[in-house]
Amino acid sequence: MKLKDAAHLFRLAGVFAAGILIFILVRSYLVPKSFGQYGHFRGDALTEIKAQPISYAGHQACEACHSDVLDLKSKGKHAQVNCEACHGPLAKHADDPGGVTPEKLDTAKLCVRCHEANSAKPKKFPQVASMEHSGGLACNECHTPHSPAIVTEGGKK
Amino acid sequence: MNMTRRHFLVLLPAAALAWENILAGAPETATNYHTSEHWWGMLVDIEKCIGCGSCVRACQKENNVPDGYYRTWIERYRIKEVNGVETLEVDSPDGGMNGFPSSNEPGVKEFFVPKMCNHCADSPCTQVCPVGATFVTPDGVVLVDEKYCLGCRYCIQACPYGCRFLHPQKNVAQKCTLCYHRITQGLTTACCENCPTGARQLADLKNPKDPIHEFLRTHSVQVLKPHLATGAKLFYNGLDGAVR
Amino acid sequence: MPTDGFMYPNEIELQWSVLIVLYPFLTGLVAGAFILASLERVFRVEAVKPTYRLALLTALAFLLVAPLPLQLHLGHPERSFEMYLTPHRSSAMAMFGFVYLWYLMAVLVLEIWLDYRRDIVVLSQTTTGIKRLLYRVLTLGSSNISENALAIDNRVGWVITVIGIPSAFLLHGYVGFIFGSIKANPWWSTPLMPVVFLFSAMVSGIAAVLLLYMLLNRLRKQPSDIRCVDTVAKYLFYMFIIDFSLEMVDLIHRIYESDESFRSLDFMVHTRLFLSQVVIQILLGTVLPIVLLALTQVARLSEIARKRIYVFAGCLTLIGIFAMRWNVVIGGQLFSKSFLGYTTYKMGFATKEGLLPAIVLTVLPLFILWVLVKVLPPWSEKETAPVSAAVAAN
Ligand code: HEC
Ligand code: HEC
Ligand code: HEC
Ligand code: HEC
Repeated sequence: MKLKDAAHLFRLAGVFAAGILIFILVRSYLVPKSFGQYGHFRGDALTEIKAQPISYAGHQACEACHSDVLDLKSKGKHAQVNCEACHGPLAKHADDPGGVTPEKLDTAKLCVRCHEANSAKPKKFPQVASMEHSGGLACNECHTPHSPAIVTEGGKK
Repeated sequence: MNMTRRHFLVLLPAAALAWENILAGAPETATNYHTSEHWWGMLVDIEKCIGCGSCVRACQKENNVPDGYYRTWIERYRIKEVNGVETLEVDSPDGGMNGFPSSNEPGVKEFFVPKMCNHCADSPCTQVCPVGATFVTPDGVVLVDEKYCLGCRYCIQACPYGCRFLHPQKNVAQKCTLCYHRITQGLTTACCENCPTGARQLADLKNPKDPIHEFLRTHSVQVLKPHLATGAKLFYNGLDGAVR
Repeated sequence: MPTDGFMYPNEIELQWSVLIVLYPFLTGLVAGAFILASLERVFRVEAVKPTYRLALLTALAFLLVAPLPLQLHLGHPERSFEMYLTPHRSSAMAMFGFVYLWYLMAVLVLEIWLDYRRDIVVLSQTTTGIKRLLYRVLTLGSSNISENALAIDNRVGWVITVIGIPSAFLLHGYVGFIFGSIKANPWWSTPLMPVVFLFSAMVSGIAAVLLLYMLLNRLRKQPSDIRCVDTVAKYLFYMFIIDFSLEMVDLIHRIYESDESFRSLDFMVHTRLFLSQVVIQILLGTVLPIVLLALTQVARLSEIARKRIYVFAGCLTLIGIFAMRWNVVIGGQLFSKSFLGYTTYKMGFATKEGLLPAIVLTVLPLFILWVLVKVLPPWSEKETAPVSAAVAAN
């Protein structure tokens, strides 16, 4: 008697149950396979992110072919300045030196990026007011980029 | 002078680490990367930063960062003090990508602060992601899954450091990946690779041979916004209290 | 110059637009309307009975629209279902999907269905054509409207309303939590946020139902039941006082504590947010309606005057609550997290997240409500006859 009067509620419950069941089925189908492999994220995302191509080959990559420059540089003041900090991203060149030639650098622009005098730079860092210092000449007129220090009579520089 | 030079060299773990990985064997072994053996962070030495913008440019090129957005940037702080009252001026033209014009104002404390994702261990950004599209990897790098991100931007709101942005074309959140594609191959990050003074150094906190441990022991190192307890792993040496 | 001072470079662009302002506004109306409806059912406030069904339908109409601004705002709307597939337990936003579904299906739809079942069954027998089919489906094939069945419905409905009250609190409290739990943002980060959101939700929902009730009666050329209107207005007044006190507690607390963010936020309130916060939200949207409502409580005013005041105060309230949402959402993004600078919000018009979609989304629930009222009339057939309505009012 009572149960019969609540029949519509059971039907409604049936509709809800069906909805939940469909949700569970659809969910198990749609959740990416690698989800949860390492944590609450898609495990494959790690592989995808790792697969991003490299633009900067890294310092040691150049050594294979340019050990002369490396030797020269490692004895000079630019020892800690990596090749690509000046030459730009050259992974493609390192892979295919014949096909990809590095751009020629304009020292008038390049060197001042780091060496232009600025009151906010650490005082220890060698810096020059480029206009007065070079008189408009390109920096590599006097400095060797890979071993830039110039020894003057004034002392060991 | 000599002393500091030596110090300088010791503190180039980025290159050193890369070297070590390479020396340990052919690059093939470097692909033999186990996430459980690493816990990445970074050391920033403010006293060495010359604000040249090499890191910013390198990051933009390495990671195809869209114009006007930054995964790393440099701020210049200028602190004037009169009668104990400090006034603060901060700027970051184009994220410091092309350096900074000299102010040449006497009596002002000036310095550069490179910024980027802190790869927090208890990161507030991954906490709020509704679907698990941004996460901390087992080796401690906070990443975004571009194929899963909804673009709801809750994580951008939750980052206290302003390190995230919405990619204008892809419409997903983006941020520094700590060059995950590089560090898992034994290279250092693009910004560290291009930093001329070693002001930025990638650090593997799980590697007992990493010089970071010695550095942390012997220096007063601070993280940004420590009161937020984010577990930041971007360690700053010489951080001024005014930096936010 | 859109920015002042120093912003972190990625902060210059605002992330959450007017659509995200709309979203807590709409869910607030839902929660408020539902709580008004439950007054009658659970707390047996007989006077507000005429608004009961209307309040439920209003809640449903607004709830159906509430996720749309979010959806539109997403960078990848087609991925939003991921929220159901892999909800992140630590994310307040992930719980949105579930709280929303729970509230929509288990509370509102169920309660409305139970309450209307008699009407639906009757309508399925008296209408023809496509309408008949619709009502047929809605009966779920059971036309049992015996006294026993209706008694069961009534009891189950009561239980659902009781469950519904905390659910409505949850629905809106958690919206406040979405903001209140962001420790990176001092403008948002306060444990009072969910509570303030909740009470402002009730205020806005009650005001909305009050206005809709009077408007619909006007359209139907029926007199509004003044006892009902008075009672609803009284509740609006009480809720408003609680809401205002909470907001003031928050404000005073911030001013007194003056933490590191205070100077920056204070400056923002005095400049970029002055109009929307101080003038619109506090003075016009809160103080003025409270004073007006207080007047109707204290002074002996004629029925017409009271009704006019209610309409005026109700409109001001809605504007004020909208301004409150605006100040929370937009205000929270105008200042830099470095506390050194400010940016501006430029609202587009016919863009994806511009003013036009916002207006459409505000009007849409009213349209849905109109359809709902047509399908499920909130007033019984007898009442429609003007004579009996007048009798019922006595
Ligand atoms: C596989 C061997 C190889 C590697 C690795 C390599 N290079 Fe080269 N590089 C060459 C060759 C060969 C040339 C001369 C090609 C030419 O003249 O077109 C060259 C030329 C250059 C030049 C001068 C181009 C000019 O204007 O004359 C630069 C600069 C240069 N390389 C930089 C680099 C840097 C930096 C790296 C490390 C990322 C690097 N190379 C790695 C083989 C290599
Ligand atoms: C301080 C900036 C700087 C650094 C660091 C640097 N170079 Fe250069 N390099 C230059 C400049 C400037 C030139 C000359 C410009 C030109 O003629 O194109 C040059 C020229 C070259 C050339 C052309 C031929 C030559 O020897 O003059 C090669 C090859 C080269 N660099 C390789 C390297 C390699 C390999 C490294 C890393 C070990 C390196 N460079 C590091 C600035 C730099
Ligand atoms: C990416 C930044 C960078 C660029 C570009 C760069 N340098 Fe340097 N330079 C340095 C660093 C770092 C040092 C080492 C400073 C130190 O020893 O503290 C240095 C040292 C020097 C020194 C030695 C100063 C001394 O202590 O005697 C000279 C000279 C110099 N650079 C000239 C140049 C010239 C010329 C160029 C352009 C071809 C150039 N640099 C480009 C970073 C740079
Ligand atoms: C006319 C030759 C000449 C040119 C051109 C030139 N330099 Fe120099 N530079 C010198 C000499 C000589 C010294 C060493 C004497 C000294 O300490 O002043 C020197 C020293 C330096 C130093 C070290 C200063 C210090 O405080 O230790 C830097 C840095 C430097 N140059 C950068 C540059 C840059 C950058 C350019 C290009 C804009 C440039 N130079 C162009 C001749 C030149």
